[in-house]
Amino acid sequence: MAYFTQQLINAITLGAIYGLIAIGYTMVYGIIGMINFAHGEVFMIGAFISLIGFMICAMLGIGSGAVAIILVLLVAMTFTAIYGWAIERTAYRPLRGSFKLAPLISAIGVSILLQNYVQLAQGARPKPGGHVVEGGFNLFSADGFDVRVTWLQIVIVVVTVVLMAGFSWLIAATPLGRQQRACEQDMKMASLLGVNVDRTISLTFVMGAALAAVAGAMFLMYYGIIDFFIGFLAGIKAFTAAVLGGIGSLPGAMLGGLLIGLIEVFWAGYFSSEYKDVAVFAILVLVLIFRPTGLLGKPEIEKV
Amino acid sequence: MGPRLQHYLKDAGLTALVAAGLAFFIVGFRTYDIGKGLTFDYQFVDLGIAVVAIFFGRLGLSLAADGHDWPALVLGAALGAVGASPIKLPSTFLHWFVGLAGLLVVLRTIWPWANRGLAAARHSPRGVPVGQAIAKWLGAGLLAVAVVMPMTPLADQKTMDLAVLILTYVMLGWGLNIVVGLAGLLDLGYVAFYAVGAYSYALLSTQFGMSFWSVLPLAGMMAASFGLLLGFPVLRLRGDYLAIVTLGFGEIIRLVLLNWVDLSNGPAGIGSIPGPTLFGAVFAETAPEGSQTFAEMMGIPFSGNQRLIFLYYIILALALVTNFFTQRIRRLPVGRAWEALREDETACKALGINPTNTKLTAFAVGAMFAGFAGSFFAAKQRFISPESFTFIESAIILAIVVLGGMGSQIGVVLAAVLLIGLPEWFRDLGAYRMVAFGLAMVLIMVFRPRGLIAHREPSVRLHPARRAPVHRKGLA
Repeated sequence: MAYFTQQLINAITLGAIYGLIAIGYTMVYGIIGMINFAHGEVFMIGAFISLIGFMICAMLGIGSGAVAIILVLLVAMTFTAIYGWAIERTAYRPLRGSFKLAPLISAIGVSILLQNYVQLAQGARPKPGGHVVEGGFNLFSADGFDVRVTWLQIVIVVVTVVLMAGFSWLIAATPLGRQQRACEQDMKMASLLGVNVDRTISLTFVMGAALAAVAGAMFLMYYGIIDFFIGFLAGIKAFTAAVLGGIGSLPGAMLGGLLIGLIEVFWAGYFSSEYKDVAVFAILVLVLIFRPTGLLGKPEIEKV
Repeated sequence: MGPRLQHYLKDAGLTALVAAGLAFFIVGFRTYDIGKGLTFDYQFVDLGIAVVAIFFGRLGLSLAADGHDWPALVLGAALGAVGASPIKLPSTFLHWFVGLAGLLVVLRTIWPWANRGLAAARHSPRGVPVGQAIAKWLGAGLLAVAVVMPMTPLADQKTMDLAVLILTYVMLGWGLNIVVGLAGLLDLGYVAFYAVGAYSYALLSTQFGMSFWSVLPLAGMMAASFGLLLGFPVLRLRGDYLAIVTLGFGEIIRLVLLNWVDLSNGPAGIGSIPGPTLFGAVFAETAPEGSQTFAEMMGIPFSGNQRLIFLYYIILALALVTNFFTQRIRRLPVGRAWEALREDETACKALGINPTNTKLTAFAVGAMFAGFAGSFFAAKQRFISPESFTFIESAIILAIVVLGGMGSQIGVVLAAVLLIGLPEWFRDLGAYRMVAFGLAMVLIMVFRPRGLIAHREPSVRLHPARRAPVHRKGLA
């Protein structure tokens, strides 16, 4: 029981990170119907900016956890958002109206480009860092096994919940959110009614990138080590989360992230840690085959 | 130009600002290890120079775009001169960066002139598109060069190694072209079938002592059955979902090979795989018990190059088989159904074509050729491990097909030479090679989505006399 609870706590933390990345996939897919393959790389860049941010904080003497984290999160969100904007502007926008797979191929190109750009600029070796929140407390002990919750896990879950709540409000109750939902339903009609479609799509990428940056910062703090390749696997897992939850649906992305976190952690905890990634890929394949709309998604009607 | 100049300056300033924002953390601070932990140093001078170059580069591009040729040319030449000059910039990379920015501006300026010239030259007096005629002769010429090449003095070890490598990618590109170019299915896990072929040969030869030639068809069949097995459930999916699922399959196969140590020896890989033989003769200095070496059989002195030349001809033949097969099957009903499906799936369904079965054949045929190439790869390398079958391989093969122009056979050859050959020749570029790769994929999609050699004409026409170029863009 204690072991199970511990795994559950770890799984929720991991699921929160995946959920944050998954929102970026699901929003972009919802609005322009493309898989933003480079989103995992945006997450990786967010992690790198956070790493450097924490180092600068330490240099400036801001050692205290809360201030450093808030500063780094803000900086990482801002600068990663520029990546989101620039990628959309240069690699995707010119392709609107091109053949259907063009944006995906372009996105793969962006992904390769960003990965190797970071490798060139920062080196290929794994980078340790982000140890700003230490310690934790024992929840309870049973069967000679301490169930431990770290402060970091609490920080991650709290930040994620706050961001997701704020984000749902943004989509549901602000003019920007209304414009996004309008574009999602019918881009041409929205533009006829005075919605600036290009701007709305850009902002969607900016928001997705900002959330990915938060996920990157969390990932860095949680694992304490990053390299230029983390975006690939995390990106695919988050995409799986988005598909599992129902692509295009925001609560679905959060639910999917949580489920992927649970599957990965419990598979590693009870079966074999070597095959935990296989389990996630298998889930992706199975969901796409048997329920392509995901758990909370709407069925898509094919228009001729 | 007065008020416009302000506009150009503002635009260039914004671009430079965005570039500075992008690079500020990732380039401006360089982290490195110091035994215990990390530290960083600043690279703001480099960053500043790059941003200034971007400012002037963008200015030149917008001037050129609006037809202000001379200012743009001067600006481009100035940038190029700074890049090429002996002025000490902080790094060689910056010299290249600034110089290439200048080159880009100059190219952009003369592009409209060149384009006009090309358009005039594109149609010969008889109205035959010159591009097609060139492509036809280019193919024959390249083939002749490829056949003769090993017999010329050019064929030293390094060149032959590279030629074998390029041909392997040409074959993989042709194989993937069936799936992506003809059938319009984006397969991001193509390397999985390559891996199946390679491991089939590696296991059958090291465990059961089977020879290359008897395993080759088996490896192809093995890969094709994997293609069927994996393709059957997923081919109903839409284009982009299919792409992601194939990627998932590719990774699953790699992870299984990595972790199923009893079968594949895990990350340590399989070594001492026997090479291919010619009528039982081995290509080695000394033959094992009961066989002879090629040098003994021919009565010529042994040389290490013989093996490479032999491998070269094998892969050349395999690649040509792939090409020939593709050229023929495009004209058969199934090939025509592939192309029809690529253009419009709904219309195909209405005409009674079973999309799943049709896609499945494309998938399996493509996989089969990857299997052939895989077992050749294992025989050539004599050592394989899951390391060789990562997603990036799939992406490279896809980049070759995309760059070449989806569906174009000769385009694949050119793209393979460009993407595999050039970086190998310029070894120094090694680290920048993948950056250029990614950039090329994006630029091709943005500026020339139909590839270097655009070939999206149907293979078969109802009315051969009418030559109305139909520019359809739909792929999925």
